[in-house]
Amino acid sequence: MHVDTYERYWIMLTAVVLIVFTAAVGISGFMMGVQVPVPEALVNPNTVATDPTSRFANPGLRQLAPNRYEAYIRAGSSPWKFVPDKLEVPVGSTVTFYVTSVDVQHGFKLEGTNINVQILPGQVSKMTATFKTPGKYPFICTEYCGVGHQNMFGELTVK
Amino acid sequence: MILGAERKIASWHMLVAIVALSIGTLFGPLQALEHMGINLYPALQSVGLQSYYQGLTLHGVLNALVWTTFFITGFFTLTVTYTLKKALVYPMLSWAAFIVMVVGLVMAAIPLLLNMASVLYTLYPPMQAPWFYYLGLTLVVVGSWMSGWSLLLTWAAWRKENKGATTPFIALGSLITVVLWQICTLGIAAEILVMLLPWSLGLLPGVDAQLARTLFWFTGHPLVYFWLLPAYVSWYGMLPKQAGGKLFSEPLARLAFWLFLLLSTPLGFHHQYVDPGISEGWKYLHAILTFSVFFPSMLTAFTVTASLETAGRARGAKGLLDWILKLPWNEPSFTAQAVAMIIFAFGGIGGIINASYNVNLVIHNTAWVPGHLHLTVGTGVTLTFIGILYWLLPHLTGKALWGTGWARAQSWLWLVGMGLMSNGLHRLGLLGAPRRTMLGVATDNYGTPDWLFPRLETGIGGTILLVSFICFLVVVVKTMMNKETAKVEMPIAEALQPEGIPAWLNNWQPWLVGTVVLIVIAYGPVLVSLISQVQLVSPGFNVWK
Repeated sequence: MHVDTYERYWIMLTAVVLIVFTAAVGISGFMMGVQVPVPEALVNPNTVATDPTSRFANPGLRQLAPNRYEAYIRAGSSPWKFVPDKLEVPVGSTVTFYVTSVDVQHGFKLEGTNINVQILPGQVSKMTATFKTPGKYPFICTEYCGVGHQNMFGELTVK
Repeated sequence: MILGAERKIASWHMLVAIVALSIGTLFGPLQALEHMGINLYPALQSVGLQSYYQGLTLHGVLNALVWTTFFITGFFTLTVTYTLKKALVYPMLSWAAFIVMVVGLVMAAIPLLLNMASVLYTLYPPMQAPWFYYLGLTLVVVGSWMSGWSLLLTWAAWRKENKGATTPFIALGSLITVVLWQICTLGIAAEILVMLLPWSLGLLPGVDAQLARTLFWFTGHPLVYFWLLPAYVSWYGMLPKQAGGKLFSEPLARLAFWLFLLLSTPLGFHHQYVDPGISEGWKYLHAILTFSVFFPSMLTAFTVTASLETAGRARGAKGLLDWILKLPWNEPSFTAQAVAMIIFAFGGIGGIINASYNVNLVIHNTAWVPGHLHLTVGTGVTLTFIGILYWLLPHLTGKALWGTGWARAQSWLWLVGMGLMSNGLHRLGLLGAPRRTMLGVATDNYGTPDWLFPRLETGIGGTILLVSFICFLVVVVKTMMNKETAKVEMPIAEALQPEGIPAWLNNWQPWLVGTVVLIVIAYGPVLVSLISQVQLVSPGFNVWK
C-alpha cells in the first residue's frame, strides 16, 4: 500500500505524541497521586439520611487527628442544597469528603482544588484535598439537578 | 441513473432535519443571553416555555439528536445508492423507517414542549420523564436502525452482482458508520428497554443511576462519531471534487473509517472519569483507547488537507501556501465545510484535554464541555451538514441555490460567533463555572469578577450565531421559492491513486471481530460487576416543575 513520505512522518509523529500523552497522564495519576474518584461504598439513597447507622444521617465535619478531617455531605434537590453547606478547617488541614445524593444526580466541585466528582444516589463519592492557603473555597453542584440547580452551592472556609 | 424513491426519502428526512434544527437553534441565543445576564425566559412563559432548562432540553434534543439523526439517515440513503449505482432493494423498508422515526419524534416532542420531560438530552435517571418520552426516543433509534438495514441489504445485493469488486469509498464510509451506529446504540437501547421504560410504567420499583449512566455512555461517545463520520464522508469523498482536486490517499481514508469502527465504542468511560462507581484501572484503559481514536482523526487532518492542496495546485497555485487562497472560497458549500474544518481542529485539540484521565478533573462538568461540543458537533458537524445542504437542496429540488453571498456570509458569521461563544464557554469552564447552569443567576451565588468578560463573549457570540442561522434560513426558503432551475450532481471525488487498495481494507470480518473483542474487554468486566451489585432503588423524581 502506497503511503506518501510526509504522511508517514505525520503518522509517526502522531503515534509519538499519543504515547507521550498517555505516559504523562499515567505517571501523574498512578505515581504522583493526581487521582480520579474510585468506588468507595454503596448506600440506599432512600434511607441514607435517616438510618441511624449511616454517617450521612448526621453529616458534617469530624476531626480524625491533628490537621486531618473527614466531611460527610448530603446532596439533595428538595430544596436544592448541600447539607451542611458551611464548613471550616484550619490552614494545613487535609480533608476527605464523602458525598452522596438522596435523590437525583448532582455534582461536587470544590473550586481551587482537584476535587470534582459526580454525586449519584446509591454511591458514595470520596475525594481528598489538603488546604495550605487560607481563604474561602466554594463547592458547587456541577450536574443539572432541576430548576434550582444554579442555587446549589456551599463554602469551605480555611482559616 | 435516476433514483426517484431515494431522492424522495432523502428529501423528507432533510425537511424534518431542517425544521428540527430551526426550532432547536432558536433556544441557543436564549441560553447565551442568559449567561450574559439577560434572561428572556420569564417573558416566554406566556407561550408555554416554563424554564431555562426546558429550553436547554429542547436545544439539546432537537439539535444534537433529531437534526443529526434525520440528516444522516437521509444523506446516507443517497450516498450509498448513488455510489453503488443501485436503487434500494426494499424502498418500503426505508419509508417505514422514516415513519417510525417521525412517530417517535412526535411522541418525544409532546412532553418536551409541555415541560413534562425537561431532563436534558442525557436523560439521567432518577429524573423521570413520562413513559411515552422514552418510547418516542426508542422509536427514533429503531427507525434509524431500519433505515440502516435497508442500506445494508442493498449493499449485500450489490455485492452479489459485483463479486470481488471493491466497495466505493463513499458507500463504504457510510456503511461503516451505519454499522457503528447499530452496535453502539445497544447501550441506550438496554438502558431504556430494560430500566427506564418499565420503571416509568411502574413495573420496576427503582433504577440504578450508576448502571444507567454506564449504559448511556456506551452509546454516548460513539454517538459523536455517528455525527462526525458523515461529515468525514463529505470531507474525504466529496469536498476534494468540489474544490477541483482529488482524494489524496484513499487507502488511508478507508483505514481511518475502519479504525473509527474499531475504536469508537470501547471508550465511553472518559465521560465517567469522575463517576464514583468505576475503578481507576478501567478509566485509564478507556483513556488509552480514547487517545488511540485520536489517531484516525490525525490521519483525516493530513489526508483532507493534502487533498485540498491538490485542488489548489490544480487551480494554478505556486509556492508553499498559495494553494489555500486558490481554493473556491466563492462557493458556499466549500466555504461552509472549510470553516467547519478550521473550527473543528480546535475542538479536536480541546478534546485531548477532556480525554486526559486526570487533567479532565479541571474541566469535567464545567462550561468548557459545551464550549467543546459546540466546536465539534455544533460546528464541525452542523456547519458541514449546512454546507452539504448548499449543494444537496439544489440537487433534490432542481432549483438553483439562492443568494450565494448570503450563504457565504452565513459561514463567516458562524466562524466569528462560534469563536466568541466557544471561547467564552471554555474560559468560564477554566474559571470553574458549571455546565448546564443558569450562569446569570449562578454568578450572584458563587461567580467571580473574572466571569464577566467571558460571559459577555458568550452572549455576543450566541447572538451573532443567531444572525448567521437566519441567513441560512433565508437561503433555504428563497431557494425553495426560486424560479431559476439548476442541475446539481452529487460531487464524488476521484482518488489520486485509484489502484492499490489492499484486501484487508475491503473486508469487514477482521474489523467487526476486533470491534466486538475490544468492547467485551473494555466493558465486559465492569458491566458484570455493576449488574451483580445493581440496586434498583431510586424512585422517579420530577425536579423541573
